[in-house]
Amino acid sequence: MSRADAPGALLEPGTGYGDLPPAPALRGSLARLLVAELRLVLGRRRNQALLGGLALVPLVLGLVVRLTQDSALRDQGPGFIGEVTGNGLFLVVASVFVCLPFLLPLCIGIASGDAIAGEAATGTLRYLLVVPVGRSRLLLVKAVGALVFAATAVAGIAAVALVTGAAFFGVAPLTLLSGDVVPVGDGLLRVLGVVLYVGLSFIGLVAVGLFFSTLTEVPVGAMAATVVVPVVSTVLDSLPQLSAIHPVLLTHHWFDFAEFLRIEIGWDVLASGLGLQAAWALVFGALAWSRFTTADVTS
Amino acid sequence: MTDLRTAARDDPRERVAGSSPAARSATTTEAPPGAFAVATDGLTKRFRSGQVAVDHVDLAVPRGAVYGFLGPNGSGKTTTIRMLLGLVRPTSGQAWVLGHPVPQAAGRVLPHVGALVEGPGFQPYLSGRANLARVDAADATTDPRTLARRTDEALERVGLAAAADKRFRQYSLGMKQRLGLAAALLRPRALLVLDEPTNGLDPQGTREVRHLVRELAADGTTVLVSSHLLTEIEQVCSHIGIMSGGRLVRQGRRTDIADPAQARVEVDTVPAHVVRAAEVLAALGLPEVRVAGDRVGAALGATDPARVTAALVGAGVDVAALAVRRPTLEQVFVELTGEGFDVAR
Repeated sequence: MSRADAPGALLEPGTGYGDLPPAPALRGSLARLLVAELRLVLGRRRNQALLGGLALVPLVLGLVVRLTQDSALRDQGPGFIGEVTGNGLFLVVASVFVCLPFLLPLCIGIASGDAIAGEAATGTLRYLLVVPVGRSRLLLVKAVGALVFAATAVAGIAAVALVTGAAFFGVAPLTLLSGDVVPVGDGLLRVLGVVLYVGLSFIGLVAVGLFFSTLTEVPVGAMAATVVVPVVSTVLDSLPQLSAIHPVLLTHHWFDFAEFLRIEIGWDVLASGLGLQAAWALVFGALAWSRFTTADVTS
Repeated sequence: MTDLRTAARDDPRERVAGSSPAARSATTTEAPPGAFAVATDGLTKRFRSGQVAVDHVDLAVPRGAVYGFLGPNGSGKTTTIRMLLGLVRPTSGQAWVLGHPVPQAAGRVLPHVGALVEGPGFQPYLSGRANLARVDAADATTDPRTLARRTDEALERVGLAAAADKRFRQYSLGMKQRLGLAAALLRPRALLVLDEPTNGLDPQGTREVRHLVRELAADGTTVLVSSHLLTEIEQVCSHIGIMSGGRLVRQGRRTDIADPAQARVEVDTVPAHVVRAAEVLAALGLPEVRVAGDRVGAALGATDPARVTAALVGAGVDVAALAVRRPTLEQVFVELTGEGFDVAR
C-alpha cells in the first residue's frame, strides 16, 4: 500500500501526536554520557584488577633486578633489563617491553571486546538504545571508554615504573642504544616518547575489539577473538616467507618504540607505525559502525 | 473501533490500498486521525534463520488506551515490541509510534516512550540508584540537576525506595522487575510499553503493577502491556490484541472482543413445551437449535433477545428462564491460541 494511506501519514502537524512536545538534546549531554561511561569502565572491579595487575609488573621487575643485581644472575634476561641497575629510567622502557607482547594486548582486548557485547549480555544495551541513545553516539562513547582504558593501562605501568626505578636505582643520564649518553631531561622526554608511542600502538587493537564486540552477545567470545589477533599477527610477522604482508600486520611496528633510544630518532619509522594503527582503526571502526548501526538488537 | 477485528486474514496479498485496519478504523469511527499511540501496517519480521516471527501485524492502539497485548510464549509479542522501539528492523511493513514513523523518527519519539523489554537489564555490580543514574545519563534530553528528585519519585512509585542502594545483583526477581519499571518512569511519558511486567512478581506485586498501570492510564498515559497470562492483565485493559503464531488474530475493545456472533440463547421450559420452543427458535431463523433435557438452545447471532422472548411467549411456551451466553474472553483466548503448556513454536 502507498504511504499516503498509512495511519501516520494522516497526521497533520499540530494534530494528534504531531504536537508531541519537542525534547531537544541538552548541551553537554555527550559529555554526561561520556563521564558515565568512564565511571563505569574505570569503576568496574574487574578492570581495576587488570590495571592493578599491570601496575604490579614494574614493581616486581624492579624488585627482582634489585635483589639479583649483585648475584650471578644479573646478566641474564633481555638487554633493556640489564641496563636498569644503572638507571631507573630504563625500568620504564623495560616494563613496557615486557608487557607489550602479551599482557597489555590481553587486558586491552578484554576491555574493548567487552564494550558492546558486555552491554548486550547484561541486557543493558537494549535499554540504552531505547532511552534513546543514537547507535553511532553509543559506539563513539564505547570507543572512547576502551581507548581511555588502554591509555590508563600504559600510563599506569609507566608511572609505577618511573617511581619504582627512581627509588631503587636513581635517575641518571640516559645511555642510548649506540652507547651515547643524553642528559636526564632529554632522556625523560625520550622515555615519555616511548610510552606515548606504545599507548598509540593500541588504537588499532581497540578498534578490532570494538568490531568483534558488535558481532556477539557473548563478551568472552569477543575478548578471546580480540586477543588472538595480535598473537596471530606476531606469529605471521615472524615468518620470513610472508614478508610481503608484514608491513600491514597490526603488531609489525609495535617494537619500533626503540627509535626513541637512537641518537637520530627515525620519525618516518614512527610515523609509518602510527599510520598503520590509524589504518587499522579506520577499517575496523568502519566495520564496527556499519555492523552496529544496522544490526537487530535481540539481546 | 468496531471494525478492528483482523481475524483469519487468509492472504495478505489480497489487501488493497487503504485497507489496513488502522487506516479503516481511523475513517469509520469517532476517533480522529492520529489518535493512535501505536499503529502498524503489515508489520513483518523474518529473521535470517527464515523464521517469520511477526507476520503482517496491523496494530491499532488508541491514544489513552490500556492495550493488553496477549499471546502464548513465542507468538511474536516481544519481536513486535522490539520493532516499535527501533531495536529490530522490520522486514516489511511500517510502524508508527505517537504519530511518527519508527525506526525513522525513533530519536524524536523515544524520549516520550518508557519501555520494559523482555525483563529488566542493569549492571549487576551497581546499586539500583546508580543504575538509574546511568540510564538517565544516556538521555540527552533530561536535566541532571533534577535527577535525584526524579529518581526518588520513580523508586517510591514502584516501592523500591528502601532497597535503592543495594546492588542490583542482590535484588530478587521482583525487585529487578520493579527497577525496570522505575527506569521507564524516570520522566513523564506519553506511552509506556511494558513487556511482561508481571514476570517474577508475586500476587501482591502483580496487583501493584495493575494498580500502577491504572494510575498511569488515569493520568492520560497510553499503556501497551504484554503478557502470556490473560488473567494477569485482563482487568486493567480497555483494549486487547491477541497474537498467535506471529499473527494478530483478534484486536478491539475488551468488551467487544468476545465475538458477539457466537452468543447463544438458552431457554429453560417445561418438558411438554420443549418441542414447541425448538420450533419457535427455528422459525426465528436461529441456527444450531439444540435440545438438552428441559433446555433449548440456539445460536443468537445478531437477533435481539427481546424478539426471542416475545416469540416464545406469543407461541404459548412457558419460559422458566432465558439466558444469553457469550463466550468469555478466556474462552476466546483459548480458542484462538490453543491451550496447554507447549510454546507456540
